Amino acid sequence: MLTLAIDGKNYLLDLVERLGRAGIFLLMGLWRIVTPPYKLQPLIKQIYFIGSRSLLVIVVAGVFVGMVVALQFYDTLVRFGSVSLLGAAVGLSLMRELGPVITGLVIIGRAGSAICAEIGIMRNESQIDALECMAIDPYRYLIAPRLLAALISVPLLTAVFITVGIGGGYFVGVILFEVSPGSYFIGMYDAVLWQDIVMGATKSLVFGLIMIWVATAKGFFLHLDKSGVHGSEGVSKVTTDTVVLSSITMLFADYIVSSLIL
Amino acid sequence: MSEKKLQVLTGIFMVIGLICLSYLAIKLGELNLLGNERYPVIAKFTSASGLRVGAYVEAGGVRVGLVDKIEFDTDDYLAVVTMAIDNTVHIHEDAMASIRTAGIIGDKYVKITPGGLDYLEPGGEITETEPSINLEELISKYVFESGDKKK
Repeated sequence: MLTLAIDGKNYLLDLVERLGRAGIFLLMGLWRIVTPPYKLQPLIKQIYFIGSRSLLVIVVAGVFVGMVVALQFYDTLVRFGSVSLLGAAVGLSLMRELGPVITGLVIIGRAGSAICAEIGIMRNESQIDALECMAIDPYRYLIAPRLLAALISVPLLTAVFITVGIGGGYFVGVILFEVSPGSYFIGMYDAVLWQDIVMGATKSLVFGLIMIWVATAKGFFLHLDKSGVHGSEGVSKVTTDTVVLSSITMLFADYIVSSLIL
Repeated sequence: MSEKKLQVLTGIFMVIGLICLSYLAIKLGELNLLGNERYPVIAKFTSASGLRVGAYVEAGGVRVGLVDKIEFDTDDYLAVVTMAIDNTVHIHEDAMASIRTAGIIGDKYVKITPGGLDYLEPGGEITETEPSINLEELISKYVFESGDKKK
């Protein structure tokens, strides 16, 4: 049997239990997405919260990431006399790696932590028990709209990030360093293939699912936390855990998705 | 916030996101929504070493298509290269396809030398081919053979 007990606590069994709980939680949430009745109003509210409210920070992040990628690649490529590859380098690195990952990290910080704290406080104040008392399915009312909203919003935000980043790269490459605009865009259009788009899209979907899964599950199971920290301190703890765990899981998934597609 | 304002703001986000997504898919991913703008042509090479999917197909130095697929034919031990040629470009039945290198260390591309007979049907095969030139083999042949002669 599983025996890794320290101080009378079986950590291994605890880990397996938490993984199982989170897995069942995800399946319950996803099941509510595909089965009627569909709740449109909470979904719109969550898309507004995850998507629209993040738009500005994504645009600003995208411009600067695109600019710094173009700057770095320009400086590297100019040493080999291959400045015509600038567009391809910027397009590929944004599409395959930087776009999904940086968008994911920004959304974890902006929306994931807030969602975890919100649901954690609901659990703290027994609001989730109250929903169950009123025969309102908390999975359908709280979890499914957030999961679906993330699956819709994160790929769209990633697309905005990449497009704006390409624009930022254009500004640095073409306007500041006078690379020809034709070689920037044609080089990019030639180098970026359909499979790169698929890779970027897959990553953003996976990242969106992971970050909201971790955030909602951490908040939802606040009262089951084995460390015995509850109340406002418990909310602060699970929010921190959410940001750390979802970032790490996301970067781990990034490698897995890359190696599966390449 | 009123419900209408929320919906409008959400709508604006969705529209911006979808515009960006379609830009990436159509411009960068070369997604063909309006039917095929290219037709396939195959050519069998004894060596397609260094050629990659997505490499250019050039005729007279002008890009006329892309390499779509590279497979190995186990029957006659040849590399089967499927190229997607622009619809506006017709290729002769007796055209020659050769794999060339852009510059000394540049990418490999397929060069089409025009022929003079009828045009190929989509899916047709260019029978006259020239494999990729292995620069290392050429150099070593030149260096070592000329060395032998001196003896």
